[in-house]
Amino acid sequence: MTALVEVRGLRVVRGRRQVLEIDHLGAESGQVLAVVGPNGAGKSSLLLALARLLKPERGEIFFNGQTADRMSDLDYRRRLGLVLQEPLLLDTSVFENVATGLRFRHFPKDEITRRVETWLERLGIASLRRRPAARLSGGEAQRVSLARAFALQPELLLLDEPFSSLDSPTRSHLLDDLQALLAETSTTTIFITHDLNEAARIADWVAVLLDGRLRQVGSPEQVFSIPIDDEVAAFLGEFKLD
Amino acid sequence: MFFNNPDVWEVTLLSLKVSGVATAISLLIGLPVGTGMALGRFPGRNFLLSVVNTGMALPPVVVGLAVAMALWRSGPLGGLNLIYTPTAIVIAQTIISAPVVTGLASAALQQLDPRLRLQLYGLGVSRVQMILNLWRQARLPLLAALMAGFGSVISEVGASMMVGGNILHQTRVLTTAIVLETDMGEFGSAIALGILLLLITFLINFALTWIQQRGVKR
Repeated sequence: MTALVEVRGLRVVRGRRQVLEIDHLGAESGQVLAVVGPNGAGKSSLLLALARLLKPERGEIFFNGQTADRMSDLDYRRRLGLVLQEPLLLDTSVFENVATGLRFRHFPKDEITRRVETWLERLGIASLRRRPAARLSGGEAQRVSLARAFALQPELLLLDEPFSSLDSPTRSHLLDDLQALLAETSTTTIFITHDLNEAARIADWVAVLLDGRLRQVGSPEQVFSIPIDDEVAAFLGEFKLD
Repeated sequence: MFFNNPDVWEVTLLSLKVSGVATAISLLIGLPVGTGMALGRFPGRNFLLSVVNTGMALPPVVVGLAVAMALWRSGPLGGLNLIYTPTAIVIAQTIISAPVVTGLASAALQQLDPRLRLQLYGLGVSRVQMILNLWRQARLPLLAALMAGFGSVISEVGASMMVGGNILHQTRVLTTAIVLETDMGEFGSAIALGILLLLITFLINFALTWIQQRGVKR
């Protein structure tokens, strides 16, 4: 299997502080790669760099084996879906929010309607299609945010701790649904989280990021059962796979 | 009797026309400039913001003086023969309202969550689509900026008097007519014109407020 997306020699500096230094990390086509680490480990910087929303000091991103530098930022980003910690919905209806990225890409009206209805249905929010985004609960809003990303049928889905601001039952339901959708669509996904339970539930591959450096990459069984060193072990703590 | 006088409606119409055009030009200047100041990061940005914010409090008589000097026959733009014309009032009123619209538009866009831009970029937005979407998100305070811009010129008298000259059938607007009637001791006419000015201002702001409040989250 070839990697859909790879970063090589990535170094990110924010302010005057180096926040990320990664020699190599890749996600294979159809794979769900969870990047775990404590707060401040550089996870979000990695995701922003992958979305070309943060300019690295050095390093390259490869997409389908070719350097992404050949693509404009806009062309590159139109291959992605991005879901952030906060849903950041527009001040309009649920339907229009899910349609946003499709409209940016100038999809025909019929196709927009078809895709939006499909994904509203799949995320269980079809009944909310006319509701203003401002009147949604946290869980509903995050479902809209996920529908908005999935409706684009992205080649690469980037998720930055999308459930961290939700209560536990809502988070659990959403995680179940996300797991099912990722399995069904085989969307290559990079999932940033500090929650090891979330990573264990949906990841095919796990990368541990500590202090801006990758410390261990492997299957969930490898990473969670055989931490590579004391620091990784300390971060994983008592966590065990079910 | 008063409202049967065609001069009253001529003056009212000219007021609306001049202030409406000045506000429209201010919007054409203020929206892009305010957007650039809100979203851009460039050297001198804070200085420019301070200049615009100072401009929001420009005294109309000072603007009137500067425009009158520029348009005066012996002035640098005297050859254009614009002094004592409605165009001269439009120029002066634009100088008064443009900083108001620019400053408030900039503040409106700066109040948006900066992470929203990241999310929009992540959804594949182009630069033009980004700006249009941010305007739509800030439409309520942007409408307030428009109302403030219009309010600053429909009610000003100093600049209109100085560069327009208050000439009947040519440059007389509601505010300058009120000054004239008061000077002549015609307080009844002055009060009637004042009420008319207030009524027009109220109706225009009522319409804009109605448009604005339709979009308010409840």
